[in-house]
Amino acid sequence: MLNLLMLNSTKPNSFMSQSLKNTLYIALILSQVIIVATSEIGFYKNLPLLILVLIAAAFSMAMLLGQLTNLEGKYKSIKALIPTLFAFMLLLTWESVIKGYAVSPILMPAPSNIFNALINNIPMLWADFKQTYLKAVLAGYIIGCSSGFIVAQWAARSQVLRDGLMPLGNFMSAIPIVGIAPIMVMWFGFDWQSKAAVIVVMTFFPMFINTLTGLQSTDALHKDLMHTYAAKKSQIFFKNQLPHALPFIFNALKLNSALALIGAIVAEFFGTPIVGMGFRISTEVGRMNMDLVWATIVVAAIAGSLSYGALALLEKSLLFWHPSYREGNNSR
Amino acid sequence: MKQKLFSFVSLFTIVIAIWYLAALIMNGNQLINNLERKGQTWTYQQVISQAYEVKRPMLPAPHQVGQELIKSIIDKPVTSKRSLIFHAQITLNSTLLGFVFGSLLGILIAVGIVNNKTLESSLMPWVIASQTIPILAIAPMVVVVLGAINITGVIPKAIISMYLSFFPVTIAMVKGLRSSDKLHEELMHTYSASAKDIFWKLRWYSAQPYLFASLKVAIAAALVGAIVAELPTGAQGGLGARLLSGSYYGQTEQIWAALIVAATLGSILVWLVGLAEKVLLRRRGELTHA
Repeated sequence: MLNLLMLNSTKPNSFMSQSLKNTLYIALILSQVIIVATSEIGFYKNLPLLILVLIAAAFSMAMLLGQLTNLEGKYKSIKALIPTLFAFMLLLTWESVIKGYAVSPILMPAPSNIFNALINNIPMLWADFKQTYLKAVLAGYIIGCSSGFIVAQWAARSQVLRDGLMPLGNFMSAIPIVGIAPIMVMWFGFDWQSKAAVIVVMTFFPMFINTLTGLQSTDALHKDLMHTYAAKKSQIFFKNQLPHALPFIFNALKLNSALALIGAIVAEFFGTPIVGMGFRISTEVGRMNMDLVWATIVVAAIAGSLSYGALALLEKSLLFWHPSYREGNNSR
Repeated sequence: MKQKLFSFVSLFTIVIAIWYLAALIMNGNQLINNLERKGQTWTYQQVISQAYEVKRPMLPAPHQVGQELIKSIIDKPVTSKRSLIFHAQITLNSTLLGFVFGSLLGILIAVGIVNNKTLESSLMPWVIASQTIPILAIAPMVVVVLGAINITGVIPKAIISMYLSFFPVTIAMVKGLRSSDKLHEELMHTYSASAKDIFWKLRWYSAQPYLFASLKVAIAAALVGAIVAELPTGAQGGLGARLLSGSYYGQTEQIWAALIVAATLGSILVWLVGLAEKVLLRRRGELTHA
């Protein structure tokens, strides 16, 4: 808070007015929080003018964020806060509008209700998560990605395989693969195996295409250099081709982590035992129990973001030598 | 070129052969189980001759799917509810509507992000994070909820398609709008060009290849969104509804036929965007062969 007030201390002339302004902005945002927290549901219907406070609070947040963006020097680390503050304002607006106009929870539950549903149903949500994520997604993801990698590394060596599989791969990327879900449910039964099978098919081709492109992106000079070293085929693969392909492979891994979760949840719409995130979403929609649906989505979003983040971290640690990660390089 | 064709044709033949073999094994097993349950004796010859003629097979053979396709595309009039063309057209409507609005929204957001620093640092992380959220998974829910407030028909499906198709466009356009040459930017500056001029005459121009690459991704995503959004609407029609009813009644041929039509539709759409790219970007003279 003190930091915020001192933002413009470098400009002595505007110091007082600027810090006063910032205090006002923060006060406006705080008053909006208090209004939402203490008022009865439907307060905008009774006092329509209260919406002005919300607009003022949003404006204040925009001004504060604008100042934060222009920060230089030792306060630079605060910049990481900007997305958080933005999300906070978004949630505050969401909560205020839903509560203020007493929107039916069937249409759109307020964030606080979703949070309550999440906290009250942790055991059930955990069971769903275990069924969908820890069983179906992980198994399908690992099988799909590794088989895509293996086939791509064969195709990198064989022209015939490449020419045959590349058009197929491009074709598959244009079609809705989730459509095979009903077939897989018919073949592999209702349990997680059918979902894993859908994920294998969904993740195979992105992995295949990316790995193949990566393996072929090797610099011709590097290839010649390896040749002059009298490198064995395995050495060329592990020391030259694979490192060059890693950025492409990680691209596919990240893309697939999102695809896999979608595939599992959509496949569960076609038949599942009475547990799983897709099952939860479809049954609770039927019972118009929207806060629980949204809680499941929050779990899915957290799982998706965490796996994406973990992959990004792994990529960073493996690709520290790559130009896009080296210090002093802008990522344009 | 000849060699490419050869590899593709041979792979295609192998796939078809595997398909027939798999159909034989899977349907044959089903057949044998059935016969044994009834206590009848069976021979391999009998099973092989019957495996391709089972009703509701585990895996329909290619010619069975072909027959179903002919039956539901050519034999039925286009207006019939059993015609796949009828259903494909329903799906196509929401796909295209969502695609157009999604691309426009994506471009708008990208322009906002490129021109406004605050917007960039507050919005960009969330645009990326939202890609990890399985929005497709809640597509049926959005349709049901919008249906509850009497928004039905093409709009809810188009909203899902729009949501799915705007992300690739935003990401690529942010990159594309910034990909203009630094030297050119400085040249524009020496001409004392206004921000508007720099945008229309330089940045928009340099973003075009990125735009078309992302439009191809976006239209495929829009089709997936439309199909998944049709899953809960049941009787209203569309390829997704065909998939679901096929899976409910065990009509495997119907599922496969719907899948093949969806695949064809998808590749035609992507091909059309590619064609538009070729025609519109021809005068640039540096078209990448992507």
